Amino acid sequence: MNRNWLALSTFVAMMVSIYLIFMYAPTEATMGDVQRIFYIHVSLAWTSFLAIFIVFIYSIRFLASRDRQLDIKAFCAAEVGAVFSTTVLISGPIWAKPVWGIWWTWDARLTSAFLLWLIYMGYLVLRRLIESPEQRARLSAVFGILGAVDAPIVYMSNRWWRTQHPAPVMGGGESSGLDPQMRLTLYVTFAACVLLFFYLWKLRCELERTQEVVESLQRAPQFKEVS
Amino acid sequence: MTFFRQAGAIFWKDVLTEFRTKDALTSMLLFGLLVILMFHFAFDQADSLQMDHYGPGLLWITFVFAGLLGMNRAFAGERENDSLQALKLAPISWGAIYLGKMLANLMFMLVAESVILACFAVFFDFNLLPRLGRMCGITLLGTLGFASIGTILAAISMNTRMSEVMLPLLLLPIALPLVIGAVNATAAIFTDPPGEYLGFWMKFLVVFNIIFVTLPLLLFDFVLEE
Repeated sequence: MNRNWLALSTFVAMMVSIYLIFMYAPTEATMGDVQRIFYIHVSLAWTSFLAIFIVFIYSIRFLASRDRQLDIKAFCAAEVGAVFSTTVLISGPIWAKPVWGIWWTWDARLTSAFLLWLIYMGYLVLRRLIESPEQRARLSAVFGILGAVDAPIVYMSNRWWRTQHPAPVMGGGESSGLDPQMRLTLYVTFAACVLLFFYLWKLRCELERTQEVVESLQRAPQFKEVS
Repeated sequence: MTFFRQAGAIFWKDVLTEFRTKDALTSMLLFGLLVILMFHFAFDQADSLQMDHYGPGLLWITFVFAGLLGMNRAFAGERENDSLQALKLAPISWGAIYLGKMLANLMFMLVAESVILACFAVFFDFNLLPRLGRMCGITLLGTLGFASIGTILAAISMNTRMSEVMLPLLLLPIALPLVIGAVNATAAIFTDPPGEYLGFWMKFLVVFNIIFVTLPLLLFDFVLEE
């Protein structure tokens, strides 16, 4: 899709989702208005998991074909995914504090969101610390695959672990029996987040390609003579 | 069969080198004991340490940290002696290099862990003998997965600046499910009679091992390439 069209549809989807969140969705019975952060928070979380899946796909495709463009795509998906993952970790406690009375609990979903963030950070730091571009692409693809396979296992192991102990805090319980109006709002917000992700991803890939062009130009001999 | 003979040769080479220098083993052991010492003072309040409560976690944190130290040595020696190139030129499959190195790491870790476990039992007056068989099984499963992920990630972080710092950053998040499984399985055998979830966590460890021994084996060729 053309970049401008993507930008426009992201904008429209976000406007609609903001309208739905604040005007259309009913106020939650026990949590009140603060629950409205749920739509954005959950959508961001789902998108950050989608991003690691994209990293996984492009890492495999890169190792199979050795196309530089695929590596750029994997890297940019990881970087944008890391931003989404960070916003999940920020929006979560803002919601948790008034509702649960605590900023953080080691619940399955929270722990796996935190771990996903750590995997993203490991991936990004790894890339910074390898100098040769070819090696960087190859090694980070391997780590990307290992990290992406690990993410769902972390989630499941945490869930099994927690279900054996009595629940430390009452869960949000949002997965069970969501009001149809709330569900629509959630889906629209999720769509908006996915569009935003794809838009930022596209933009970041273009930036990365431009940067490579600039770097190769700077290395060109005629520039060295001038400087 | 040649694949396993090649892996065996690499394994034996690493064991022999380690036996002559004893670098990794000594540091792993001493570090493990120091961690136990630290924990003793960190957790020792007025009343005695609740072993079935803190024990499994304490033990596995010690294993993981000691293991990290050993993992860092896995490829450091090859790099210092510039022998990795020769290893790659040898007429063997690279998967065999991985498998041999992984088995050597596994063995060093198991040796260090058995000493740490014995010291643990002595220091904290913990009745280990009736649980020894089960404990060995859990330790083997937990360490196998850790050594497997650790070996490939050590090969990756070897190529970075600050490789010693990089390895824990990559390894600990990936190894988390393993630690969860091993700690829970260990906690299950620390109670009398064994907790009802022991079988479940053992199965979990087996599945994790199947995934994370196969995957590095498939991916290792990409790591060594130049």
